Amino acid sequence: MFITLYLIISATWVMSKALPGTPFADEKLTPSSRAVLFEKYGLDDPLYVQYVRYMLNVAQGDLGNSFYFESRPVTQIILEQAPISAFIGAQAIIFGLIPGLVLGVLAALRHNGVLDYMGTTVAVAGIAVPSFVLGPIMQYWLGFKWEVLPIAWDPFNPQWAQSVLPSMSLAVFVIAIVARYVRSEMLEVLGQDYVTLAKAKGLSWLAVVWKHVLRNSLIPLVTVLFPLIVGIITGSIVIEQIFAVPGIGDLFVRSIFVNDYATILGTTIFFSVIFILAYLLQDILYAIIDPRIRVAGGGE
Amino acid sequence: METRNREITPDLFQSLDERARDNEKITGPSIGFWRDSWQRLKKNKAAVVSLALIVILFALAFVVGPLLSPFSASDQDLARRYQGPSGGFWFGTDEFGRDMFVRVWQGMRVSLYIAFIAAGLDLFVGVTFGAVSGLLGGKVDGAMQRFVEILNGIPVLVVAILAMVILDPGILTISIAIGAAGWTPMARLIRGRVLQLKDQEFTLASRSLGAGNLRILTKHLLPNSLGLIIITLMLTIPSAIFTEAVLSFIGLGIQVPNASLGALIDSGAGDMRFYPYLLVFPAAVFCLLMLSFNLLADGLRDALDPKMRK
Repeated sequence: MFITLYLIISATWVMSKALPGTPFADEKLTPSSRAVLFEKYGLDDPLYVQYVRYMLNVAQGDLGNSFYFESRPVTQIILEQAPISAFIGAQAIIFGLIPGLVLGVLAALRHNGVLDYMGTTVAVAGIAVPSFVLGPIMQYWLGFKWEVLPIAWDPFNPQWAQSVLPSMSLAVFVIAIVARYVRSEMLEVLGQDYVTLAKAKGLSWLAVVWKHVLRNSLIPLVTVLFPLIVGIITGSIVIEQIFAVPGIGDLFVRSIFVNDYATILGTTIFFSVIFILAYLLQDILYAIIDPRIRVAGGGE
Repeated sequence: METRNREITPDLFQSLDERARDNEKITGPSIGFWRDSWQRLKKNKAAVVSLALIVILFALAFVVGPLLSPFSASDQDLARRYQGPSGGFWFGTDEFGRDMFVRVWQGMRVSLYIAFIAAGLDLFVGVTFGAVSGLLGGKVDGAMQRFVEILNGIPVLVVAILAMVILDPGILTISIAIGAAGWTPMARLIRGRVLQLKDQEFTLASRSLGAGNLRILTKHLLPNSLGLIIITLMLTIPSAIFTEAVLSFIGLGIQVPNASLGALIDSGAGDMRFYPYLLVFPAAVFCLLMLSFNLLADGLRDALDPKMRK
């Protein structure tokens, strides 16, 4: 895992060196002041010196100083902006999980019924209608027309209400994935022998569904954890543009437009760390929940 | 007693009902893999509807759309800017008086063009990489899998954005960026399938007859993975359309005056407060496109590979 991370950091470092233009492209800069800036950031050293220095710094949690955002340490900027994204993302998962669960369960219980078709339609629509379509539409109706919720983020006066619309835009995707997964998982469990046995024992319909079916179909829900995190990260890049949220996705996009190598690198590394941690977490959860997987994983 | 000596003459026999002879047969006529899959696909209502929808959308974008409207996508006329949908301009006009009906279909063509090139790259790189990795195995496989792991460690969108920054924005480079970021699932699936197939009897038989790696790959392994390849490809197309739209939406994708659906949605979202139709039409076409491709891919997965159904 650390080797993967090391290689990712190296690859992004090489990539950032290949970016066109310099961060100090301002034409007002004289050659001498540009030289001073280059020296300050160590950009005039040989590439291998820059590389080794960067790697050593990263190992100590120092992602360098931003070239653009008031020369602040990148680690500091990330730590400042990431919690906002994390909050919106976590809230989106909460917003999406409950309707997704309800829809999925209802669809499975009424397999091939009206509710099933409705649930499937919502699930498919959630994948087909992307957040960058939904975001502006909700912004228009809920924010502008009906004035229920704030239209965008106000950096000077952040309030909880401002995070609702971004979270809702992301939540639709969560609903779609969760509903789809719960439905297919429940259908599988409903066909198992132990469910038939539970019914044969004379348990009430509710007890069967609650105690046997639901529990067994919800446990493997960790499988969706990874796609959810991917979707939330991808979504945050877009959603934060729409709602002007100063989060990590916004930082990434802005640093790309101003050629801020240090910040581009830092955010990419940050994304990868989250990604790899999510992978790891998923594997660990798997092993805890289903002992059979440990056996299978041991042989690999 | 008498019967024993009785002569057997043809009139003692009665011909059996022709249909009764086939009574014991329970199999239908033998049909090939593709006919079988097609029949299964036809039973899936959602897949058929989306296939029809895709055909209609393609017809609108490539044939009907450009023919129906007398305007071209770049016809500007400031006298008719921001007109709502009407008999003259079915989807209204934008800030430069360009006809949105034509622009939406042109945008869809651009989106599809990018998606298909990206999917083609996916097909070529992903299949080659996965097949080589799976077939050679050992150290080569290990090294190639590490490489995939690195790419998988970064979100696809981030890879595509980074690639976009290095390359100059253009239709071809966007396709390359999306293709470069998105081929790993294909490679992983193909590698898995090749690993599974390469020790099976027919491969061993072929190998013992002296066939080389290349022949085994092209004659045995790839034809047997065709269903998987088609399914993955069908899932790649909507996700490539999506990635392109995101890139255009944040301003790293297609550059003006060209416009993809994503770019149209982006500019529509900016003007939405006053001219909602500028967002609604491209967004609707985009959603329909995504919807039908996703549903068709689902249907194809069930039809081509019943074992994968879940």
